[in-house]
Amino acid sequence: MNRETLFNAALLLGLIAVPAWAVIADEPFTITLATRAVILALAAAGLNIALGIGGLVSLGHAVFFGIGGYAMGILAYHAQSYSSLMDWPLVIEGTKSMPVIWIVAMIVSALAALVIGVLSLRTTGAYFIMITLAFGQMFYYFAISWSAYGGEDGMSIYVRNDFPGLNTLVPIQFYGLCLVVLLLVLLLSARLRRAPFGLALDSAQAVGLDPMRLKLVAFVISGVITGLAGALYADLNRFVSPTMFSWQLSGELMVLVILGGVGRLFGPVAGAVAFVALEHFLGGLTEFWHIFLGLILLAVVMFARGGLTGLIAGRELRHD
Amino acid sequence: MTDPVLATHGISKSFGALKASSDISITLRPGEIHAIIGPNGAGKSTLIGQICGALTPDAGRVELMGRDVTALTPAQRARAGLGRTFQISALAMEDTVLENAILGALGASARPWRFWASALGDKSLRQRAEAALERVGLADARAKRCADLSHGERRQLEVALALTLSPRAFVMDEPMAGLGAAGSKEMTGFLDGLRQQAPILLVEHDMDAVFALADRISVLVYGTVIASGSVAEIRSDPEVRAAYLGDPA
Repeated sequence: MNRETLFNAALLLGLIAVPAWAVIADEPFTITLATRAVILALAAAGLNIALGIGGLVSLGHAVFFGIGGYAMGILAYHAQSYSSLMDWPLVIEGTKSMPVIWIVAMIVSALAALVIGVLSLRTTGAYFIMITLAFGQMFYYFAISWSAYGGEDGMSIYVRNDFPGLNTLVPIQFYGLCLVVLLLVLLLSARLRRAPFGLALDSAQAVGLDPMRLKLVAFVISGVITGLAGALYADLNRFVSPTMFSWQLSGELMVLVILGGVGRLFGPVAGAVAFVALEHFLGGLTEFWHIFLGLILLAVVMFARGGLTGLIAGRELRHD
Repeated sequence: MTDPVLATHGISKSFGALKASSDISITLRPGEIHAIIGPNGAGKSTLIGQICGALTPDAGRVELMGRDVTALTPAQRARAGLGRTFQISALAMEDTVLENAILGALGASARPWRFWASALGDKSLRQRAEAALERVGLADARAKRCADLSHGERRQLEVALALTLSPRAFVMDEPMAGLGAAGSKEMTGFLDGLRQQAPILLVEHDMDAVFALADRISVLVYGTVIASGSVAEIRSDPEVRAAYLGDPA
């Protein structure tokens, strides 16, 4: 076992031990914090596929996060108000079922990623960043002006959605669900980067593969995962608003990935845990905690290019 | 005479007022090394770019084994049998030698759409990759990280990558660049044997290597081929000496 494996195992153990302690000590707020960390880690794990494996610096991943959020919000809103989403040509009702909401969130995110990807992957570097940012802003202002679904104020969903066999209102059960989703996505990421697809993403045209299509598919997979995280995030807060589409959120996701270690399997998890912990503890001390986050990020970028994972586990060892 | 494997027919390319290629027709025949030489700015890179597909000629066409490939992308040309190595290393530095070679084999298979099974575990990819490494003499270095290779070894690995595609013709852009005297000599010997596998269109500044290897040489000056012929013919061509080779050695 190398140091990175140990580091990852320690993180994973913490994600199990801390909430378990919180259940025993009856500290539901700690579980909520941990759930927030896990969902943000999931969103960042999505971005890490585009950024870490595909080398695509997307400053528009809030689009998918927001789409996931609004997929949940819109479907649950119609279910709680007993109105139908659409009457013609076929009747579509709202739903409170998480699996259905997730599937819708993922499909819509995939379509959005496909369109955004086709248009923005023609460019590279700063232009790619700007185009993805521009798409994010388009969705943001659209959500603000979409008065049918709360406009600027967003929407509250009164009861958390259902998952078969679970009582999602019990914090630890919802946490467990989110953790399982995160672990499945991390497993997929780990396989993906070693599979022909992941290897080919590194490739040059020299070997006769079309890098555009590979990058596009990576971008879509990335968007789908971040979209799923958005649906869970909305369910955690039982609230959806245009801020889920904001460029600050895109930036935050990128901060999580860089803080944790770009391209490292557990980087997004390390980044999200550190972010939520800082937000909670520093945020309790001062309103201006972002200043300290900024300093930490600066230190990470300047002195520890592998992020927290690189700092603790050393340079990447990808080979057994 | 045998049909050429690779041929350009009157290709021209201008960047604004600058004519980087004007009406260039060259051929590459089976089993030969055809060297392209010329001073800096003569348009060698532009010519290679058009042959490999990074640039589209304004006029003329590029043929690979008699088939017009002018409209194909670089990736399609590579799959059609054009093996290329780069002036700037195109390897994935963080990956191992074997992984890089497997990447090449992956390109040959044209099936990157597998998301779950490990690429290293794929038998057919692995065999192809290992055969290519064997061929260039890197089989023992397969577990090394590419970043830890010497400059010469990286050049060999690039050739291995090109070999996994079973190319019908090689285009090599300065394979000797950055190699020391010993490295150049070794590379020269290696390329000498490689021409049997597929002919090589060689762009190179190292004149010792060019004169040792080339069956034919074409001299490019200001976007035009001013001379083309055997090593002896080029060495004695007065126009070439004036334009490029300088005073008699």
